[in-house]
Amino acid sequence: MLGRTAASLFWLSRYVERAENMARLLEVGYRISLMPRAIEGHRDEWLSTLTSAACEASYFAKHKDITTPEIIHHLLFDDDNPSSVRTCLRTARNNGRAVRTALTRDVWESLNGTWNEYSQITPGSIGPDRLPGFLDWIKQRAMVFRGALLGTMLRHDTYYFSQLGTFVERADNTARILDVKYYILLPKPSDVGSDVDIQQWSTVLRSVSAHRAYRWFYRDSTYRPWLVAEFLILREEMPRSLIFCYQWLTRSLNGLGEVYGQRYECQNEAAELYARLKAGNMDDIFQSGLHEFLQDFVNANNRIAAQIAQTYNFP
Amino acid sequence: MGSIFNEMLNPDGSVRGPYAQIHDWVGSLGTAHVERALKEAEGIFRRLGITFAVYGAEEASERLIPFDIIPRVFSAMEWRRLTIGIEQRVRALNAFLHDLYHRQEILRAGRIPQDIILQNSAFVPQMVGLTPPRGVYAHIIGVDIVRVSETEFYVLEDNCRTPSGVSYMLEDREAMMFLFPDLFKRHRVAPVENYPAMLRSTLESVAPSGCKGEPTVVLLTPGIHNSAFFEHAFLADEMGVELCEGSDLFVEGSHLYMRTTQEPKRVDVVYRRIDDAFIDPLTFRPDSALGVPGLFDLYRAGRVTLVNAPGTGIADDKSIYTYIPDVIEFYTGEKPLLKNVPTWRCGEPQALKYVLDHLAELVVKEVHGSGGYGMLVGPTSSSREIEEFRARLKANPKNYIAQPTLALSASPTFTGSGVASRHIDLRPFVLTGDRIRITPGGLTRVALKDGSLVVNSSQGGGTKDTWVLED
Repeated sequence: MLGRTAASLFWLSRYVERAENMARLLEVGYRISLMPRAIEGHRDEWLSTLTSAACEASYFAKHKDITTPEIIHHLLFDDDNPSSVRTCLRTARNNGRAVRTALTRDVWESLNGTWNEYSQITPGSIGPDRLPGFLDWIKQRAMVFRGALLGTMLRHDTYYFSQLGTFVERADNTARILDVKYYILLPKPSDVGSDVDIQQWSTVLRSVSAHRAYRWFYRDSTYRPWLVAEFLILREEMPRSLIFCYQWLTRSLNGLGEVYGQRYECQNEAAELYARLKAGNMDDIFQSGLHEFLQDFVNANNRIAAQIAQTYNFP
Repeated sequence: MGSIFNEMLNPDGSVRGPYAQIHDWVGSLGTAHVERALKEAEGIFRRLGITFAVYGAEEASERLIPFDIIPRVFSAMEWRRLTIGIEQRVRALNAFLHDLYHRQEILRAGRIPQDIILQNSAFVPQMVGLTPPRGVYAHIIGVDIVRVSETEFYVLEDNCRTPSGVSYMLEDREAMMFLFPDLFKRHRVAPVENYPAMLRSTLESVAPSGCKGEPTVVLLTPGIHNSAFFEHAFLADEMGVELCEGSDLFVEGSHLYMRTTQEPKRVDVVYRRIDDAFIDPLTFRPDSALGVPGLFDLYRAGRVTLVNAPGTGIADDKSIYTYIPDVIEFYTGEKPLLKNVPTWRCGEPQALKYVLDHLAELVVKEVHGSGGYGMLVGPTSSSREIEEFRARLKANPKNYIAQPTLALSASPTFTGSGVASRHIDLRPFVLTGDRIRITPGGLTRVALKDGSLVVNSSQGGGTKDTWVLED
């Protein structure tokens, strides 16, 4: 396989994952903006959404104030925002187009169909009443893509490279959402356990579609920060947790190693990170600082992504 | 050239043999039914990503080529006769190219003036003395043919560089089989789906002689912004070969390699869909970022095969076209079976005078133009357009040739206001390697505007599935 093909497969999956995550972040942000709260609180929530989405810089480069319509536009439709859903879907589709031969027809049709529909939508037509349905549609399209990928792709190098893109992005996303809550929205001691606090933990869980799963899993109706963090970091049962992402990343890198009959450094690094998560416990993580832990994780994740690119000759 | 030949009906209103069943079927089509089918077809094409970038139209950088559901049909006999003529022409074109880049017998014999070959920008001096594997230059040729009567066919153009459109031939058939399976039950239509396999065999058959084992073939594309990118991807996929951009390939030592996720892989045959000038910045245009530095030297050394060979454009140049009947006689010793359209070379004073006097009746084309750009179709142009063109023609007569407006045959076509007659042409695709292979059918292009004779997709033409019935 061409190195360029591998890179495109990696990035197209990464961009679809990012589009889906963006829709989820917006869904939660929008939900909160509808709740009866103080204006400043509302502003903070949007700010944390922007930070979680890593779109703070691009937003403030164009806008002075935070307003709901401007945020929605920036995250969904702004061509100048490299992570807007529109940019993600277009880039994913263009990458798919460049490696059309490496994709099954179903995977290509999901990418192409999504972009064709999305490119027809005028931003003005997505008013408050249509937004929830529209965000649902974005998530569904990402799932159609993923379903096509899992259901039709040969378990060969093409498949593994696209898995790598998905899980590098997902791991980054989950780590950032958790970090924002913990670091940026660090509750004042008086707020711990308050409505606002619970509200925010619920937000974190909703951002990764895990608020119901949490209740089932812990058989507990209150959100305990400790458990939420554990759920999103160390539980392999949770499909957006860091450890789950690394289980898939190591598996995909091992798959590549088998296909090519070679073991590389990126494979060792990912395996090591996975082993660390597997042996980890929340006591230690909180003791040494959750923020530091998450920062380290994001850096390690980026490093592994760069190693993958170098190892497999991405242009 | 007399009245217009109707593909489906005889002048007395009876139905021509190949269309016996199609005629009834067309009659039974309700407008609503057709519109539903067209919508469905558009959905299929859009999902598959069949798009065509129109140069100079940024606002519509991707659009579908209109597809007409009424097939164009040949009987087995008609097709056999046509293919014999096509084969003769293609054999002569390859012999012609070999001669031009070697002994130039045809120039010595005075059958073609030296100047128009040697001073032609399509003549590639770097090719002189080089013999590609099996002596084949134009491995893939798309011959544009129009029909004017039951037995008369004219060749409009021989596309010897990088003819496109074969993907539409394949996809139109897929769409028809999906939309109207019943029709295929009632006819025995020769399949076209073998084209990619035939293309791959052809490409493998011209691997360098030093290539041991199964040759590695790649398709070289300029990238996703090229108007025919869909076709490049489609063909690579169907053939099961890598779709490369120039930056994916590199020359090291005496071989060409592609950059893979593993060790570099050696490449033996390059089906390139980029123009001669861009193949290799070291030999041709130095500013080209699309090609591969050093590729041409490797080709000269016989380490890699380029398909089509550089310099094939000299054989389909519009200024050479008028000589092709002589070319066929010269190399095959036979009379040409397919006719050329009578053509005036505007560079010759007598011809120019005639053309200027009859502009309103003629089609005038740029010698180096393609795709229906920069041409005048006299009968359908306003007097202002004609006068504007007259000025351009006078300023640089050598740059133009003129032909009578041919009465292109017409075929029933679905239009906004029901079924109507529209003009069509035909582009069969001819492969030459270890032998000549012609796919039964080809691409039928249709001028969708009433009375229009321009079938180019860049000018609003559409396509039809082309059927060759089996005996």
